[in-house]
Amino acid sequence: MSQEINEDMKSKGSSQMETIWPEGADMGKQEGRYTMKQAIKKWEDGREAGGEAERETLRMEVESKSRNEEFARVAVAVFISRLDPTLEEIDDVKTAVSEAVTNAVIHGYGGKEGIIYIQVTIEGRELSVEIEDRGVGIADVPKAMEPMFTTDLSGERSGMGFSFMEAFMDEVKVVSAPGQGTHVLMKKRIGR
Amino acid sequence: MAEQEFLYEAKGQVLVIHLPKEVDHHNCRNLKYETDLLLAENYITKIVFDFSETVFMDSSGIGVLLNRYKQMERSGGKVAICGASARILRVLTIGGMGKLVPRYNSMEEAIAG
Repeated sequence: MSQEINEDMKSKGSSQMETIWPEGADMGKQEGRYTMKQAIKKWEDGREAGGEAERETLRMEVESKSRNEEFARVAVAVFISRLDPTLEEIDDVKTAVSEAVTNAVIHGYGGKEGIIYIQVTIEGRELSVEIEDRGVGIADVPKAMEPMFTTDLSGERSGMGFSFMEAFMDEVKVVSAPGQGTHVLMKKRIGR
Repeated sequence: MAEQEFLYEAKGQVLVIHLPKEVDHHNCRNLKYETDLLLAENYITKIVFDFSETVFMDSSGIGVLLNRYKQMERSGGKVAICGASARILRVLTIGGMGKLVPRYNSMEEAIAG
């Protein structure tokens, strides 16, 4: 039965199908017209490859104050919700953002005034989060990233900040030097 | 975002610390001072961390727990946790606290255990 319908559509409906996608619409602009089915496939392929996927960016600047740790992670969570992530994925990203912003507040600016730059990019299913400070910087990045390593003397810091970022994101890169600030880049694929 | 405070409750020689909804660096900044004061003024043999209201925790929470654990260990006391959700347990495990501190479902069990 369904085959009959398909055959029927092929025989008399092909020219109609081609004109379903209006001329000049975004999807059809570059390579002429598509049937709806082709257009959807092209869109899905684009998302899969990440090549022609839609790209959206959030840029924020927050003052280096501890109350902004929560603000930053909640704002990022709201922004990435358009990727339809699982609750676990949202919590993972929130935790990683919280760690990086907390590092900037405590270590980068050492409790002094400063601006923390946050940039979140969604491209297809790929999420990139960049958190940057223009604070003191880190002399030995690999050492700072070791689990349990901390320069804090109060005993209240676990030294697990970078370990948490690595545990909850797929990729973490840290670029830093004394006097040059610290730039943390984290990536995660949402919906695997 | 309202200020979130820790609620301390004394149950005999057990100090129950009810953690806020979000356990992060900002919300933990007074905890050391407050617990040190309570531990100095009272004879406490056990601290129970009650996570039943907590939905978010980052490594700041691990630092707080680890430090209280070391403190109690030095004085021969104990630390236990209760009411932790799957998310909080995951954070505790990644933070290396999974095997260090016994977990209970209810506060009563944690106090008695």
